[in-house]
Amino acid sequence: MNIADLAPLAVAVPFLGAAVAFMLIRHPRAQQTVSISAVALTLALEAVLLASVWTTGASAVHLGGWLPPFGIVMVVDQLSSLLLVVSSAVSLAVLVYATGQGAADGEDKGPVSVFHPTYLILVAGVSNAFLAGDLFNLYVGFEILLTASYVLMTLGGTGERIRAGVTYVVVSVVSSMLFLIAIAMIYAATGTITLADLAVKLGQLEPGTQIMLHLLLLVAFGIKAAVFPLSFWLPDSYPTAPAPVTAVFAGLLTKVGVYAIIRTETLLFPGGSLDTLLMVVALLTMLVGILGAVAQTDIKRMLSFTLVSHIGYMVFGVAMSSVVGLGAAVFYVIHHITVQTSLFMVTGLIERRGGTSSIDRLGGLAKLSPLLGVLYFIPAMNLAGIPPFSGFLGKLGLLQAGVTLGTPLAYVLVAGGVVASLLTLLAVARVWNKAFWRSPADAVNPDPVLLAAMGAVAGRPGTKGAGTSGTKAAARGAAVQGPVGVLPRMMVGSTMGLVALGVALTVFAGPLFALAGQGARDMLDRQAYITAVMGPQEGGQ
Amino acid sequence: MSANLTLLIVMGVLYAVGIYLLLERSLTRVLLGLMLLANATNILLLATGGYAGLAPIFSKDIPAGEYNDPLPQAFILTSIVISFAVTSFMLGLIYRSWLLARRDDIQDDAEDRKVAAQGSFDAEEDADIDLDTTEFDEPAKNDNKTGKGRGTR
Repeated sequence: MNIADLAPLAVAVPFLGAAVAFMLIRHPRAQQTVSISAVALTLALEAVLLASVWTTGASAVHLGGWLPPFGIVMVVDQLSSLLLVVSSAVSLAVLVYATGQGAADGEDKGPVSVFHPTYLILVAGVSNAFLAGDLFNLYVGFEILLTASYVLMTLGGTGERIRAGVTYVVVSVVSSMLFLIAIAMIYAATGTITLADLAVKLGQLEPGTQIMLHLLLLVAFGIKAAVFPLSFWLPDSYPTAPAPVTAVFAGLLTKVGVYAIIRTETLLFPGGSLDTLLMVVALLTMLVGILGAVAQTDIKRMLSFTLVSHIGYMVFGVAMSSVVGLGAAVFYVIHHITVQTSLFMVTGLIERRGGTSSIDRLGGLAKLSPLLGVLYFIPAMNLAGIPPFSGFLGKLGLLQAGVTLGTPLAYVLVAGGVVASLLTLLAVARVWNKAFWRSPADAVNPDPVLLAAMGAVAGRPGTKGAGTSGTKAAARGAAVQGPVGVLPRMMVGSTMGLVALGVALTVFAGPLFALAGQGARDMLDRQAYITAVMGPQEGGQ
Repeated sequence: MSANLTLLIVMGVLYAVGIYLLLERSLTRVLLGLMLLANATNILLLATGGYAGLAPIFSKDIPAGEYNDPLPQAFILTSIVISFAVTSFMLGLIYRSWLLARRDDIQDDAEDRKVAAQGSFDAEEDADIDLDTTEFDEPAKNDNKTGKGRGTR
């Protein structure tokens, strides 16, 4: 028996966990235990999968014993197993974080008890999308994770979340519709939807038909991945969701879209017929996204714009269709999942400590909670690409690949990548200066919760310079928030874990780059993938 | 392969009407537009299945070549289930939005409006910084400046 045969369990375990968690909806403690152990089990399983394909390459599971072009196939290769492991690790950290938050706020009842089952369904959807060996199963994976994300996005049903949720749902449904149309067209043209089979048959179509199908798929995935002209929904909807939900969305959802783009570009339509288009789009994504980030005053919105901007780096890597470029893009995806999620988790902590995520109303957090400062600083510098962090290594790989390619457009993108990286530094440093370093008294309109916390730390009501109004505000803040300033240990612990994972990516960058490079070589070669699914040429027993 | 022209025209009309409704600002119309688009896509999937009128279900008397392609029908079933779930969720959202805002409209993003309204000048970051002269006090220059100022006044 092959270890890769365990792959379907990566989808089944979270689903079973979701069912059990749903039945335990009246028992929050048991529900939390079940959901955390389900994700932990999935993570362990995927680690085993990763270890088994590390050297051997792609391996396929034929569900129900149906032969390749007819049945449902799940494929494990370096790319999918690597993304599975990272996404589950991130999901686990966020789940622990959310559990800590729920325990601290005493949200035992009400709509929040639906969080755990929905979250597990989201994890199952992400796993299914990464493992899917045919287009329709990929579509189903997308739908599972999107439907779960609709519920998580509008958790609690407040006015702001409903407003953002409507936009999010409509945009997502339209993108899924485009994907479904693309599937119908591809099926009409080739008579198959198995990716490995399509890899051969799409190449036999007329060039015009190929370009049309290619563009349809790219538009559908581009909306999901938030690539520039199709990215406007993201900064609008992400910041309104609860902190853990935004964290997991930022880490995973767009990356599933990027994964689908990688598969389209390498497996389905190799040869890079649309590489120029992808490069231009990547440049615009990087620049427009980061210019949006610089203008924001709310940390969550700023991070959402940097998320859009950094998708541009991944598209750039994919568009180069070289081993170095693709390998760097895969490394960048992993780095970005970890770092972006930890930044959103830290923002959740900032919101708890300072009462708001608007940098106009924050200040003095470095004095208030030095640990929080460290937790923000490390992933922020990592995101901006300061050496020696993994963000720097990923960007270095991309820039190297761009220079190796050597076309004028590639050089423009290299320059654009450097500019976007510097502007990212500007955006995160602005948050650092305003929220962490300045005195809260200098803020335009300091948050009462923040003033109360500062007062509690200084051992006297109010802060210097805030005067009597500060004291009043402090008292009000204390009344609203109860005992101020204690960050739940589970939330801090899980954030620390994820920040440490981000640093570990730097330490283990060598083996990871080697693995990503090997994966990229196999993807560009395609033969290993096709043989794993279709069997050696004969296509059967 | 012969295609059913009526079905294709119906599909085109559904797409056109669906997109028109999708571009409205009223949420109920947007939902109706999405439903029409989903149905148009289902018809498109059906059209990929080939000839109409072939046997859909296995029977011993029918030779292997005379069956309808079952795969598009499986796609359509899945897609119907998914659009059913999404439609009911959207209805819930729209009802909630009506309860909260009393309007069947897409609402503006307040934070976005705020960012758009702010100028490029940020008082804290861009204002001229007053020279701090407490440490390097040069009385002669200071006197000179104030003197000038008084003079112009």
